[in-house]
Order: sequence, then structure tokens, then C-alpha cells
Amino acid sequence: MDSLYFEPCELPQEAEVLRGEIRDFLADNLDPYSPEVRSRSWAGGDPEFSQKLGEAGFIGMRFPKKYGGHERNAMERYVVIEELLAAGAPVALHWIADRQSGPLLLNYGTEKQREMCLPGVAKGETYFCIGMSEPDSGSDLASIRTKAVKVDGGYVVNGTKIWTSEAHRCHYMIALFRTDSEVEEKHKGMSQFLVDMNTPGVTARPIRNMAGEEMFNEVSFVDAFIPEDMLVGEEGKGWQQVLSELAFERSGPERYMSSHILLHALIREVSQNPTERSAVAIGRLIAHLATLRQMSLSVAGMQDAGQDPSLAGSVVKDLGAVYEQDMPKIAHELVGADPQLMGGSDFEKVLAYVTQATISFSLRGGTREILRGIIARGLGLR
Amino acid sequence: MSEMRDILKDTVTRLFTDLVTRETLGDAETGTWPDALWNACAENGLTLALVPEEMGGAGLGWADSFVIARAAGHHGPPVPLVETMLGSWLLSEAGLEIPEGPLTVAPVRTDDNLQVGGNAVSGTAKAVPWGRQAGHAVVLSNGQIALVALNSSMVTENCNIAREPRDTVNFDNAPLIASAPTSLPKDGLQVYGAMFRAAQLAGGVARCLDETVQYAGDRIQFSRPIAKYQVIQQYLAAMAGHMASAGAAAEMAFRAADRGDPRFEAASAKVVTGDAAGNATSTAHQVHGAIGFTYEHILQFTTRRLWSWRAEFGAESRWAEEIGRQVAGRGADAFWPDLTARQSGMVA
Ligand SMILES: Cc1cc2nc3c(=O)[nH]c(=O)nc-3n(C[C@H](O)[C@H](O)[C@H](O)COP(=O)(O)OP(=O)(O)OC[C@H]3O[C@@H](n4cnc5c(N)ncnc54)[C@H](O)[C@@H]3O)c2cc1C
Repeated sequence: MDSLYFEPCELPQEAEVLRGEIRDFLADNLDPYSPEVRSRSWAGGDPEFSQKLGEAGFIGMRFPKKYGGHERNAMERYVVIEELLAAGAPVALHWIADRQSGPLLLNYGTEKQREMCLPGVAKGETYFCIGMSEPDSGSDLASIRTKAVKVDGGYVVNGTKIWTSEAHRCHYMIALFRTDSEVEEKHKGMSQFLVDMNTPGVTARPIRNMAGEEMFNEVSFVDAFIPEDMLVGEEGKGWQQVLSELAFERSGPERYMSSHILLHALIREVSQNPTERSAVAIGRLIAHLATLRQMSLSVAGMQDAGQDPSLAGSVVKDLGAVYEQDMPKIAHELVGADPQLMGGSDFEKVLAYVTQATISFSLRGGTREILRGIIARGLGLR
Repeated sequence: MSEMRDILKDTVTRLFTDLVTRETLGDAETGTWPDALWNACAENGLTLALVPEEMGGAGLGWADSFVIARAAGHHGPPVPLVETMLGSWLLSEAGLEIPEGPLTVAPVRTDDNLQVGGNAVSGTAKAVPWGRQAGHAVVLSNGQIALVALNSSMVTENCNIAREPRDTVNFDNAPLIASAPTSLPKDGLQVYGAMFRAAQLAGGVARCLDETVQYAGDRIQFSRPIAKYQVIQQYLAAMAGHMASAGAAAEMAFRAADRGDPRFEAASAKVVTGDAAGNATSTAHQVHGAIGFTYEHILQFTTRRLWSWRAEFGAESRWAEEIGRQVAGRGADAFWPDLTARQSGMVA
């Protein structure tokens, strides 16, 4: 199965130099955040932190300089994001803009859209959310119903997006709407839009998640007017554009490093007095971590070389979710602590949070079953 | 993959496809030595792949040799190919001359106690691969690499689940042909042995996947190829993930060996490939149904090897425990910097 071969990829020296810089930055700026806060990983956000990170040149690293970017390569960006994840830095607010919305605008956006958004993104001040899922359209994304109807000078949008991460704190949404309900093939007739979240008729309402956080949202569109120059790419090409956006969404190291703070806390917990059982369990996690990292680097290498990382990215995301979802169970079995939401030790609080969060790792960004369907297609089974 | 490796891969794939047939595999289990296969391996430079050209070898590095070891796992040639690759590398590293013919290595188990001293080797080693067919054994003990000739009186035959010879060798003061000091640790054979087995496991898991994808496309039940059923697709996708991680883990170890001491990567690879073998063997058999449980079917030559190889040169738990103790000893703040430093070649 040569299509599933992960070409080894080593980080170039300049990327390793950057590693020192980002580690210094993190050592200086992460003190205020407890392990519990850090265990939120890229789901935890702080505007001040995003701003500092932007100022230091660690956001929009691959954007052209004329949009406030830094024209670094994919491997350099990789080093920075893996260090942010390893440290549990609160990056949620700018994460999506940096990872996928910015690159999407660079691929398909107009000059005006880029000039309007990208400098703010690179400063860590402009945040984006992803408006794909709807109440009746989850895995079957092509069944979306939110409509953008062409009117003079723009489109009028009606419908509902849901599970939109951080929408209530974001400035823009990249939204997928139906622009043509007549077409027979449902993959056609969809288009992407750049939506200003302050548009009249657009309302984000946070939905409390099981961990008690207000992170994802329901976003309603009631006769919201979107000017025509906010169309991203071509009308009717939304589906192809979304697929290339999903390649960015699914392929990064966050797909196996979201529980890194629990791994750190667990090692701290057992390292004083390792037993055979705890050593075996930790060793197995580290072996898989080392391997996932190689595979993830390989995906970054593919991206750098301009190859399509969709299949390889799906493999790493699926394996990463399995690895991360095992971790709370292993921690529970080894330490036998009661996870404590309040007043417990750092380890107990981290375990309590991550136990809940990991459930979502095989849902968000494409469910396990959908990813395995993509892999099965890669195997020629469908 | 480099061009060199592509050519190598084509060569070994062709060689094994031609010469490792179902018949070869079956005959080997009843004691037939596949002469043509062994000679082809030797003539194509596979057996001495890691030996420098000036010592008569192919002069390949570890990253290239990975291609051979993985293909050996895919096809399962019933000859001590990887053992000879390892043994000849050890001899060349020690500056010793390499004898003709198949080699094996000893001890392969950490609890076997061999003593090299006074120009002889004493003690007994269990599960020595291909002991009865190997002309010589390369022994690592007492800080020495030693070469010993084997003969049938020293060997008690035994075998693994795949009926590959895994013999007990009683050295009983066997005279040294040559010896030289080595800087490898006491269990150095376990490290490199685990690395080779990891590559074979990765190859074997890939073979299981290939066979199973093929079978699922051919086998019709309820008027459709079973590959069309979503549950079968999901099984195979999960197996493909294991196949990919096994390959990545094993290749990572071989590349680390080109940079220096591959101990951590070899340990990781043995854990990951062993886990993958567990998944691949059960999934492959489940999807094959009863036909896969027959001796007649080709699948079992691979799955029985996978069960054997994952146990040899240290099971997953042995290597996981070593990694775990190492990580615990270095402390929670060290594992990530250690990992990134190792994987960038700046050995920690
Ligand atoms: C924390 C979190 C954050 C999110 N953030 C965003 C966001 O920012 N923007 C956004 O647009 N969306 C977001 N999502 C939504 C996410 O993309 C969806 O949850 C996901 O696509 C699955 O859709 P669903 O939840 O409706 O489940 P469904 O699609 O209803 O699936 C339910 C179950 O059925 C299975 N299933 C569905 N179809 C099939 C099939 N054909 N074959 C086999 N099994 C099937 C699924 O695998 C799953 O197990 C987020 C979700 C979570 C949990």
C-alpha cells in the first residue's frame, strides 16, 4: 500500500533553532496558567496570550510578509505549533485562523479579503471560526440547508450553524452555505463566505458542553445580508474548497497532542516510584507518541512538498484519537485517583478535564467512522 | 524514498516473489533447506548488506537495509537472512573476517548466560534462530564479539509457532575462530535483534493487509463482495493505520541506527510493531473466515510468523518497561525535550 507510506521527514536545522526561540518565549509567558488550564490545550484561549504570540512572530508564520506574515516554511511552523501543544499554551482564539482560515484566504480569497483579515490574524487579534456543521448535517456535510440567496449587491442568508467553536469570541466565520438549491448533485451548489460576525441578523449563542465550558455555539442567520465581495473563491465551488480546508484541519499535530498535559502529569505522578506496570504503560505511550510524531512530521513534509495530505492526515488523526483516548483510562488505572473537579491535586484536575475532553477527539474534525471510510477508499474498498 | 531504495525494493520484491512460494514455505517446515533462495540472497548482496564493500559486502547503510528487512517480513523467506545481515555487521564492526554461508547470533534471550573466555564459548543459548542450518554463530558476551563454528552435536532442535528453527545450542567450550572487543552493551543483540524483528513485523503486517484487502474484494456473500460492507471497511481501515505506524516505527529505528545508538527507537519500534501485529493477525483471520484457518491458505504463514516475531528479542512489555523506566528516571519535564532532540538527530 504505497499510498499509505509515510516518507520519513527530518526537521531542518533552522527549524530546530526556532524551537529554542519558542521554548524561551513559552518559559517567559506561561507562568500564569495552571496545569489544569493548560490541559485544555488548543481548546483553551486567552486574548492576551494570542497577542503576545503574534507580536513575537509565531502566528501567520507562512503568510506573505505583505499581509503581516513571516514567510516561514511548513517545517518551521510545525516546530512552533508542536511546542505550543507540548506546553499546553492557551491558543484557541487564533488557532483556526492560523491553521486553516488564513491559508484558505491565501488560496481562494480576494486581495481585499486578505488585506482586511490577514494582518489582524498574524497579530493574534483577529479570530476565525468554522461554519460547516448544522443541526441536521454533521458527517453528511453536503446535506447543509443554510441558504444564501442572491440579491442586489450580495446574498441574504437564513439558517443555523451549530457546534461552531469559539464563534461567540470570533470576528469572522468561514461559512459554507447553499447558493443553489436546484442542482441535482448535492455536492454542487454550495459556496464559501467570509462572514463578519457583527453582521446584523447573525447571532452566536454558546452551548454549554459536558465539561461545563462555553466553547461551541449555535449561530443563527436571520435575513443576514452578506455583501457579494465576501464570497470566497467561486460560487458553486464550496465543496472542493471545503475539502482542501479540511486537509489543513485534520493533518496537524494537535490530532495527537491535545492530551499532552495529562501525559506530562501522569509521568510526574508515577516517576517517583515506577512499578513494572506503570513503566510498561508509560513506555507504551511514549513509543506510540514517538511514532505518531514521525508520521505527523511526514504529513508536514508532504504539505511542504505540495502533495495532498488528506489520506495520510486522516490516518494520523484516527491513530492519534485512539492513542489520546486510551490515556485517561491508563491514568485512571495506574493512579487510581478520584478525578476531582475542585480542590484536588493538579493531576486530579487535569485527569478530570481530559477524561471528558477526549470523548470529542473522535468526533470533531470528522468522526472516526468517517475517517476510516476515507482510509477504506484509499485502500480501494469503496 | 531515495532512488537507490526504490531499486533495492524492486529487486528484493522480485527475488522473494519468485523464490518464496507457498511450496517453499511449506517444504521448509518439514526440513527442506531452500538452496536456490539462499544462494539468490547471497548473490544479490542481501546477506552482507551492512558489511562495507572493502570487506566483501554491499556497503549499505541501515536506512537502505530496512527495505530488505521489511521485505523479508512481507514474504517470510525461510532462511536466516536478517540473522546473517546482523551477524555479518557485528563481525565487520569488530574487524573480523566473515565466513561463507548462513550465520546466526547468540544469545537471543537475556536470561541465557554465555561466557566468552580462554578462546572458547561456554554455556547454553535457547531459541537460537536457524541454529541447525547456520554454519557459524556470532556471540556477544563479556564485552566480546566472537565467532564460533556450529555443528549438529551442539544443537537440540526446536522451533517457533511458524516452525522456523529456534534451536537450543550448547556451546560446551566451543573454540573461538576469532574474537574482538565490542562497545555494544551486554544486551546489544537484543537491541539490534528487536530492530530487525520490528522491520519484519512491519512487513508481515503489510502482507496481512494486502492479503485481506484482496480477499475481501474477491469473497462474495449476500450477493456482494464482503469489502462492500462497512464493518469490513472499518476493520481494514484500522488495520491500515496499524500497518502505517508499524512501518514508520521500524523505519525510524533503522534511520536512528545510521545516526548512532538506536536503542530508544528500536525499543519503540518493537512495541509499536508488536501492537500492530496483534491487531493485524486477528483482523486478517476474522475477515478471511474459515479458509484462513486452513494450513492450505497462504495467510497463516504470515500470521504465525507475526506471533513468533513479536515475542522474539523481547516482547512489547519488555521494551515498553525499559522506555518507561528511562522516562520516569529522567522526570516529567525531560521526556519531550529528549524526544525532540533524538528525533532531530541531536542525540540526547
Ligand atoms: C468539540 C467539538 C467542536 C466542534 N467544532 C466545530 C466547528 O467549529 N465547526 C463546525 O462546523 N463543526 C464543529 N463540530 C462538529 C463536528 O464536525 C461534528 O460533530 C462531526 O462532523 C460529526 O457530526 P455529528 O456530531 O452531527 O454526528 P453524526 O454525523 O450525526 O454522527 C453520529 C454517529 O454516527 C456515525 N455516522 C454518521 N454517518 C455515518 C456513516 N455514513 N457511516 C457510519 N457511521 C456514520 C458517526 O461516525 C457518529 O459515530 C465540533 C464538534 C465537537 C464535538
